[in-house]
Amino acid sequence: MATNTNRPTSPHLQVYRLPLTGIISITHRMTGVMLSAGLIFFVYIVSSVAGGATSYAAMQDLMSVWLIRLMYWGFIYALFFHLCHGVRHLIWDAGKSFDNDTLDHYAKIELGCSLGLTLFTFIFV
Amino acid sequence: MDYRSPLARVRGLGSAKAGTSHWWMQRVTAVALIPLSFSLIIFLDLSLNAPYQETVAWLASPFNSVCIVAWILAVFYHAALGLQVVIEDYIAVEGVKIVAVWAVNLSFLLLALAALIAVFRTLLIG
Repeated sequence: MATNTNRPTSPHLQVYRLPLTGIISITHRMTGVMLSAGLIFFVYIVSSVAGGATSYAAMQDLMSVWLIRLMYWGFIYALFFHLCHGVRHLIWDAGKSFDNDTLDHYAKIELGCSLGLTLFTFIFV
Repeated sequence: MDYRSPLARVRGLGSAKAGTSHWWMQRVTAVALIPLSFSLIIFLDLSLNAPYQETVAWLASPFNSVCIVAWILAVFYHAALGLQVVIEDYIAVEGVKIVAVWAVNLSFLLLALAALIAVFRTLLIG
């Protein structure tokens, strides 16, 4: 089939400044992929609980290495971010909050909530 | 009304008649995961910081083990559905795309089974 390659194209991602909602949208996808990868760690942790006291102690040693502990808190933040933006997707699915005024406002609320929930977990859990 | 030509239908282009349930289950699992995530966070916190007996006792209690098993079922399903969308968006080559989606689905099924077995083994200890 003959294709006309001379058609107008939409602005390229690299020259187009994403609005806040756009940045959050791609972050939602990236956190989703990273959280999925993090599930391997969950399987490791729960398997070492099942494996007995020795494997449990080895797992706790590994998980207290500072770099892994940092990744753990990154996982927790990504989880809360993905949860908060997921809630907004559900609001969008209900057909609400598509107007320009609420978009940025809600974006800031969810960023604040995800940070707040992570801090709450860090301090109180 | 079907706007596709007979040729398009024969080639298998267009709707595969499974998109709606994919989208729908993504939402159903998402809603289930909102409360269940808090149970995950308590489990992770215990596993990383608490003595062995405390973690085993927590996980082996009926309410907590039901929550964690439910979380496992929902989260691996949710992750496989989500990764499928990502793969379909970024991989254009048909064969590679199909194999990648299969690989993701099978891997997450295996991981889910491993996690479930681990929870059941903990029930036997606790």
